Amino acid sequence: MSTRSVIPFGPQHPVLPEPIHLDLVLEDEKVVQAIPSIGFIHRGLEKLVDKKDFHEMVYVAERICGICSLGHGLGYCDAVEHIMDLEVPDRAKYLRTMLSELSRMHSHLLWLGLLADAFGFESLYMECWRIREEVLDMFEIATGGRVIFSIMKIGGLRRDIPDDMLKDFRQRLDSIKEGLDIVAKPFIDDVAVKNRLVDVGILTPEKADLLGTAGPFLRASGIARDIRSTGYCAYGDIEFEPIISTGCDSYARTEVRIKEIYQSIDIMRQCIDKMPSGPVDVPVKPNQFPNGEYMARIEQPRGEALYYVKANGSKFIDRMRVRTPTFANIPALVDVLAGCDFADVPILVLTIDPCISCTER
Amino acid sequence: MSLINFNTQVIKNLFSKPATRKYPFEPKNYPERTRGHVQNDMDVCVLCGLCSIKCPTHAITVDKAAKTWSIRPMSCIQCRCCVDNCPKKCLSMDTHFTEPGSEKVTKTFKQSEKAIAAQEALMKAAKERAAAAAAAKAAAAGNAAPVAGAAPAAKPANAAPTGVQQVAAAAAKAEAEKKDE
Repeated sequence: MSTRSVIPFGPQHPVLPEPIHLDLVLEDEKVVQAIPSIGFIHRGLEKLVDKKDFHEMVYVAERICGICSLGHGLGYCDAVEHIMDLEVPDRAKYLRTMLSELSRMHSHLLWLGLLADAFGFESLYMECWRIREEVLDMFEIATGGRVIFSIMKIGGLRRDIPDDMLKDFRQRLDSIKEGLDIVAKPFIDDVAVKNRLVDVGILTPEKADLLGTAGPFLRASGIARDIRSTGYCAYGDIEFEPIISTGCDSYARTEVRIKEIYQSIDIMRQCIDKMPSGPVDVPVKPNQFPNGEYMARIEQPRGEALYYVKANGSKFIDRMRVRTPTFANIPALVDVLAGCDFADVPILVLTIDPCISCTER
Repeated sequence: MSLINFNTQVIKNLFSKPATRKYPFEPKNYPERTRGHVQNDMDVCVLCGLCSIKCPTHAITVDKAAKTWSIRPMSCIQCRCCVDNCPKKCLSMDTHFTEPGSEKVTKTFKQSEKAIAAQEALMKAAKERAAAAAAAKAAAAGNAAPVAGAAPAAKPANAAPTGVQQVAAAAAKAEAEKKDE
């Protein structure tokens, strides 16, 4: 007969870059139940719509999170553009697509590094982050910022990315792909890595669908649901298939993310090849204000993100609401944690790619 | 098997150059677009105040009476809005970041004597032109009156706007917008 004990996990924990708290109910070494609590990093960014006008809100939206920063700016701009009936020029659409994919590579490489760190493979972690640095360099060259890009605006992009810079990006992508080949091998083939990941945290497709999971966490359970398929920005003109894996375990989630980095490289190359010429923004008149409401959906690196904007025809919008993928993934995480080993908890928390700053805003 | 593959990479890393820089000794080469901090060329600045109106965080303050332009670097988010909206192109984004400090400071710059003199000369020239145009119009109206019988009311002079006037008008408009809030 074993006794039950409750162990607090987080909000400060070596494996967590951001604060989330889990109360783990243990029976010996097995987790029986996990009770999550969030709310440690709420900053009230959505309330700032009262203080900042709808152009300035782009910068607030970008600051919701440091890793999905580009996506938040894009989602907010997309919603406001739909309300205002602004037709974004083709070149801006392609550049937005390209930058979103670059952001996905940045996020997934960061995640791979953190995963390697979580199971104690330090040199692999460093190697992943070395490649990520090349991606950040590309961001700095194109937009002027490594993490906060300030390139989105209502109606397009604030700065054009010239063609010679895009040509240079093609070469840089080759070097990133070379580096990626080296780090992908241990994640896919290594025995020690497999021991930690295979058959850990199984989430069946039925459960994944029922609990409203999003992103790579969902696709690793064999459900091909990817918001990019709806064809927002220029994704309608790009050839790609959502990447799925039927493993349903932590190994499948790693595999999906690695394949998605390769896919991002491919999508970026397609964007550069098909890049149309022309302007990158449509002017917004000073007396033109949004009036109406819209719900924009985009695929963030971590999954589907929702942006609800309600405007009243004045300078300040009524409501901006973001539903982030991590929030959708927490119920599935709690389900996966029940029944796992205590030692696997850090890895399982990581496999949803938690982004708590996004979730709490 | 793959562990051996990764081991070759590890050994390669042992004998290759580090991927990191020795930070304070090797300065970073920033790309041209890096948004480090905002700089203002006070020889050109006409203190129109557009930058302070467009700044999303209200980090810039322009005092027209004291002829100063000041920025709070701790509030600045390096969004480049002020640089994009500057009509005189005196604001620019430097690629280097400001040095860390232990206090929140406000950096204040005084408009240079050269800029004040240039601005006054421009304003004087503009006023003279406007006065000359008004006089010419009044003279023309005076001549036309006896012929037409009904004298049209002399309109205020519509001299071609100079650069300074344009800037002032834009600033006044933006300020009016701000007040509407």
